[in-house]
Amino acid sequence: MYTEKLMQLFMNPKNVGRIEDADGIGEVGNPVCGDVMKIYLKIEDDRIVDVKFETFGCAAAIATSSMVTELVKGKTIEEALKVSNKDVAEALGGLPPQKVHCSLLAEEGIKAAVDDYLAKKDKTKREASETRQCAKA
Amino acid sequence: MNRFVYLDHSATTPVDQKVLEAMLPFFSMDFGNPNSLHTWGRKARQAVDQARDEVSRLINAEPSEIIFTGGGSEADNIAIKGVAFAKKDKGRHIITSAIEHHAVLDTCKWLEKEGFDITILPVDEYGTIRPEELRKAIRPDTILVTIHFANNEIGTVQPIEQLGNICREQGVLFHTDAVQAAGHISIDVKKLPIDLMTMAAHKMYGPKGVGALYIKKGVKIVPLIHGGGQERGLRSGTENTAGIVGFGKAAALASDRLAKDETEKERNLRDRLIDGILEKIEDAMLTGHRTERLPFHASFCFRYIEGESLLLRLDALGIGASSGSACTSGSLEPSHVLLAIGLPHEIAHGSLRLTLGKDTSEEDIDYVLENLPKVVESLRAMSPYGKRG
Ligand SMILES: Cc1ncc(COP(=O)(O)O)c(C=O)c1O
Ligand code: FES
Repeated sequence: MYTEKLMQLFMNPKNVGRIEDADGIGEVGNPVCGDVMKIYLKIEDDRIVDVKFETFGCAAAIATSSMVTELVKGKTIEEALKVSNKDVAEALGGLPPQKVHCSLLAEEGIKAAVDDYLAKKDKTKREASETRQCAKA
Repeated sequence: MNRFVYLDHSATTPVDQKVLEAMLPFFSMDFGNPNSLHTWGRKARQAVDQARDEVSRLINAEPSEIIFTGGGSEADNIAIKGVAFAKKDKGRHIITSAIEHHAVLDTCKWLEKEGFDITILPVDEYGTIRPEELRKAIRPDTILVTIHFANNEIGTVQPIEQLGNICREQGVLFHTDAVQAAGHISIDVKKLPIDLMTMAAHKMYGPKGVGALYIKKGVKIVPLIHGGGQERGLRSGTENTAGIVGFGKAAALASDRLAKDETEKERNLRDRLIDGILEKIEDAMLTGHRTERLPFHASFCFRYIEGESLLLRLDALGIGASSGSACTSGSLEPSHVLLAIGLPHEIAHGSLRLTLGKDTSEEDIDYVLENLPKVVESLRAMSPYGKRG
């Protein structure tokens, strides 16, 4: 039921683990079957320089996690946000219909991590401007 | 590392070589229709009769109390619908349990749509049905109680004698699905208060697609399949001679094993497997009852990991297992059995079933005990919840 490509990545997933000083972390849960995926991003000048994942889920969830990390690595965050679950599924040579929702998790994981990064960046910017204002005053 | 260790005997067993040999002549050589009067037919009839003897002996029934069916699911359907239709003017209440096989549960649910009233008994954390719960549930219009002998997913063996006795006292028919138990646990229907019992050949080293229903003398059911009147009119259709012969042989061999206490070896290996896994793997739990369980059955939940990935990683190492996790089910819901024993979704997620066979060896168990902890560890290293070193 799984493609060879998917099984390969499931057996030997890339980019497993965490990034301790990650710039963005996204954790998404799968309401359908209860799986969880966590994505860690290291970002420099709005470009993803490193990405890692941790997944609690089925073979498709693990393989799509691995694939999505490979697809977004080196991309700008804008490009990364365009990676869809379809792209991930296609890169794996297709998914069985009942496993399509697992690839959604991958797409959402990246989005959540990027959102987290943007929110943090926003906050530091705001804090920085606040301190500048304080200094001025 | 080219070992193949099949530990999914609850799903199905290989056909025993002796069973296969017994079956082979009935395809091309002794191919007659058991209902024909000529030599060919008589030979086939004799073989079917002998198989009926062998199957009846396995459970100490009379041969006339056995009808052959097209498998376990079919026997469950014949028993439950057969009693429901036969007794519908007396009452329309049927009692079953929350952890039955779908062949029973879905049959009951279908009957519910047809105007029957179904009570589903809860189970405790070990998957045992409390006899007092059954007693409370029986009503004047109860016509049938159907509770399995042993559970396929968690291995728990039910207190069949107590449950059956309550039914006897109340004058209610008692059906038990013994697909997992028959051939593995000694069952004596003369001693046990059972009115109808389901068996399947392929869980005891016989072929798939053949089952049997024990119907105690005097119990009336309505047939589902009408036609040539075979199997005392309760299951029409030309007999699956080769399959039935295979079932007979498998039952005879199982009787021998039970008489020689050969399941003791299986039980010991199972205990080594259970103890070894619980000792070597942290955050692991046994599901089902520790002692009141099928002799060949071990089932677990491992926290922080998911069953499908677990079983596929094991498969890559040559180990055949199964899981009741949400991701392995078409419905993406964890198994109803694991939920009924009170496991939260995330724990049911990490379920793994390892069911041994008569030919499982010490080395097979060693191999699993060596490899399973590594697989669990590697998946946990990938999990956002796992313990990290
Ligand atoms: C408890 C139980 N009942 C019924 C069945 C169905 O038997 P069959 O597959 O022969 O129809 C099974 C088989 O998985 C089972 O384990
Ligand atoms: S993550 Fe549960 S089915 Fe894939």
